[in-house]
Amino acid sequence: MVKNIIDWIDARIPMTATYNRHVGQYATPTNFNFWYFFGSLAMLVLVNQLLTGIWLTMNYVPTAEGAFASIEYIMRDVEYGWLLRYMHSTGASAFFVVIYLHMFRGLIYGSYQKPRELLWLFGMLIFLVLMAEAFMGYLLPWGQMSYWGAQVIISLFGAIPVIGDDLTLWIRGDFVVSGATLNRFFALHVIALPLVLVVLVFLHLIALHEVGSNNPDGIEIKKNKDENGWPKDGIPFHPYYTVKDIMGVAGFLIVFCYVLFFMPEGGGYFLEKPNFEAANPMKTPEHIAPVWYFTPFYAILRAIPDKLMGVIGMGLAIAVLFILPWLDRCSVKSIRYRSMAHKLNISQFAVSFVVLGYLGAVPATPALTIAARIFTVTYFGFFLLLWIYSKNEKTKPVPERLTH
Amino acid sequence: MKKLLIALVALVPTLAIAAGSTAHLEKANIDLNDQESLQRGLDHFQNNCAGCHSTQYQRYERVATDLGISLDDMRAKYIHDDAKIGELMENAIPEADAAKWFGATPPDLTLVARVRGEDWIYSYLKGFYKDESRPFGVNNTVFPSVGMPHVLEELQGLSVKQEDGTLVATGGTLSAEEYDQYVRDLTGYLVYAGDPVKLERESLGWWVMGFLFIFFIVAYLLKKEYWKDVH
Amino acid sequence: MSNAPVDTGRRRFLTAATAVVGGAGAAAVAVPFIKSWNPSAKAKAAGAPVEVNISKVEPGQLIRVEWRGKPVWVVRRTQEILDGLPTIDAQLRDPDSVEPQQPVYAQNPGRSIKAEYFIAVGLCTHLGCSPTYLPDTFGEQVEGVASGFFCPCHGSKFDMAGRVFQGVPAPLNLVIPPHQYIDDGTVIIGVDKGAA
Repeated sequence: MVKNIIDWIDARIPMTATYNRHVGQYATPTNFNFWYFFGSLAMLVLVNQLLTGIWLTMNYVPTAEGAFASIEYIMRDVEYGWLLRYMHSTGASAFFVVIYLHMFRGLIYGSYQKPRELLWLFGMLIFLVLMAEAFMGYLLPWGQMSYWGAQVIISLFGAIPVIGDDLTLWIRGDFVVSGATLNRFFALHVIALPLVLVVLVFLHLIALHEVGSNNPDGIEIKKNKDENGWPKDGIPFHPYYTVKDIMGVAGFLIVFCYVLFFMPEGGGYFLEKPNFEAANPMKTPEHIAPVWYFTPFYAILRAIPDKLMGVIGMGLAIAVLFILPWLDRCSVKSIRYRSMAHKLNISQFAVSFVVLGYLGAVPATPALTIAARIFTVTYFGFFLLLWIYSKNEKTKPVPERLTH
Repeated sequence: MKKLLIALVALVPTLAIAAGSTAHLEKANIDLNDQESLQRGLDHFQNNCAGCHSTQYQRYERVATDLGISLDDMRAKYIHDDAKIGELMENAIPEADAAKWFGATPPDLTLVARVRGEDWIYSYLKGFYKDESRPFGVNNTVFPSVGMPHVLEELQGLSVKQEDGTLVATGGTLSAEEYDQYVRDLTGYLVYAGDPVKLERESLGWWVMGFLFIFFIVAYLLKKEYWKDVH
Repeated sequence: MSNAPVDTGRRRFLTAATAVVGGAGAAAVAVPFIKSWNPSAKAKAAGAPVEVNISKVEPGQLIRVEWRGKPVWVVRRTQEILDGLPTIDAQLRDPDSVEPQQPVYAQNPGRSIKAEYFIAVGLCTHLGCSPTYLPDTFGEQVEGVASGFFCPCHGSKFDMAGRVFQGVPAPLNLVIPPHQYIDDGTVIIGVDKGAA
């Protein structure tokens, strides 16, 4: 009976073939480690955001007059509204935690290198859209941080010569951030960007499954196939990585739910304290900082003592990641077999990123501004140095088969 | 790498200074499980604060239920207009009048504990002291140039700032300890108001954690079983 | 891949266990999503019982009150109307109010607590339109019956106790909401008799 139904469908759309290609018979390297959980976790968080987002929309009021009160309405008057809202707000931060770790995985194992450039580019586009999505979503509660954060970030566009002022006016649809801005951000946050995001995730997966997964050794498992054409170092995604990812999901949820139920404000980093006060266009909070996931880039913006250059610097910090596949001219992928210089460079990059993240979250002082400048230089230094030494890098011999 | 470490170490003291710049706050030591304290806090709030400050995101009925007060008591004691028990606690004076009297509209206080933190509120309520240069004759240690009179002056007395910066209150109807408790009750109530679901959330949280722990163990065993094929 | 023998029993058990635990988790996650569709505290507050002063209602007059967003009618019936009610039983679907369309205390010939005042939810039991009160011209709809309610949407007809006539789309009598009298001139709609 079941077989008949499946045959009926398969005669019309390639259901079984698609399943086999992407799950049942998708050859996955055997040696995925801890770092390889974050892709599936990002998917989990995406689904969480979509579902809770749709549910929040049911009670949220996208007007300057009603937005703040409607959030409190969700938090207090709607049954389990608080849970849905915290799932969404905690999910936003979790999304970036997972995505940053996922990107770092790509960085250390050279997953951006040929033939995975397009995969990396789709990933970077996802990152970019995700940042826009998060930024616009943060305006919606219409708290003080929402309002002034949006004010500051939109004003960044004012740094663009000639068209800057007109551009900011156009983005806001008003002379200041107002109900008009809130409405268009709402539309983009709940409809436009999620659609783009889902399409990009789809393309990201297609690109991945076309070239196959990289692994901690940075070896192409497709190069060693047995007589049946199956990679000798490959195992089917299902059941091996489905059961492993389920375990990863359980582990992730323990951390996620701990934050969700016991510290939903995330120490003031996931939900910032001033955002519990309704937006007041007449009064800026004493210390305004973006949400933690933007702070590394924000620190770069603040470090540069020129409005236009600051904006360019911040833009470049993201843009340079796009060309990473072409900056790295080494043919060895994994950090395991690359030079000491590369290991040190990646380490300093990780440190720079984290320190910049910290610096972007605290009030600027002269000493901290100098520190931010130093780490801005080391941040960009990573890419420059990589481009220089990767041309003739002294690498270790790469094994033929996967190690564990 | 070494240079990096040195730079990092050099950073630490500056960061510490940046973090320690706020005024000293006293610990409020709130216990949300202490319903009697919260009930007293509601009473203090309605008698002293609600004249000017609304708590317009919460409803009388929910507050009564959460704090263990009967709906009839809630109606009789705290609803002075024609509001229904299920309605929002939007009392207070008209905004225009308030702006005229105080120079600014007294803010809604439903969420003040989430904006400021419990220790801040506790310290604020204890922090009024005599300052003739201010319109209401008082200033505040944690909220300099505060635009509000010392509403609890009759209870605490009027504090005078000493040479060493400490405050000494005299002439209040409550002893220092009684006033501390009074203010602690009030603070506790505001902490409740800011996050009324906290206790429920945390008790649900333990169930969720327990469930996930079991789920993780089962998933781990399943993974291990299948991966016997690979290793 | 190693070729060690596979313990299929253990494998099947663990797969089932994970599926059951995971399924329970998924079901639990669905709870907040489903429950959030219940009426919120705001909706419940807006749906709270309503007090109505009925002392000024003239004989034969109908007043409308909003309860839970629905029109609730209060009609003061004359003795003439009340006397007419039993005479049309034969033309009705449910003359004795057998169907649970009213609280037990209103399961009587006049479908009310006090015969003089008829209190009903003014929504047709067919598809929810609000019928029109025809105090004088109902005879055009049902011969020999002076007053009643006529639904403009699909032509259902109800008598002065909200009982549905035969041969119309509406299947049931009009709903009588829970209500009680606080004193002679005041009725509270939305609370059952006995409950505070």
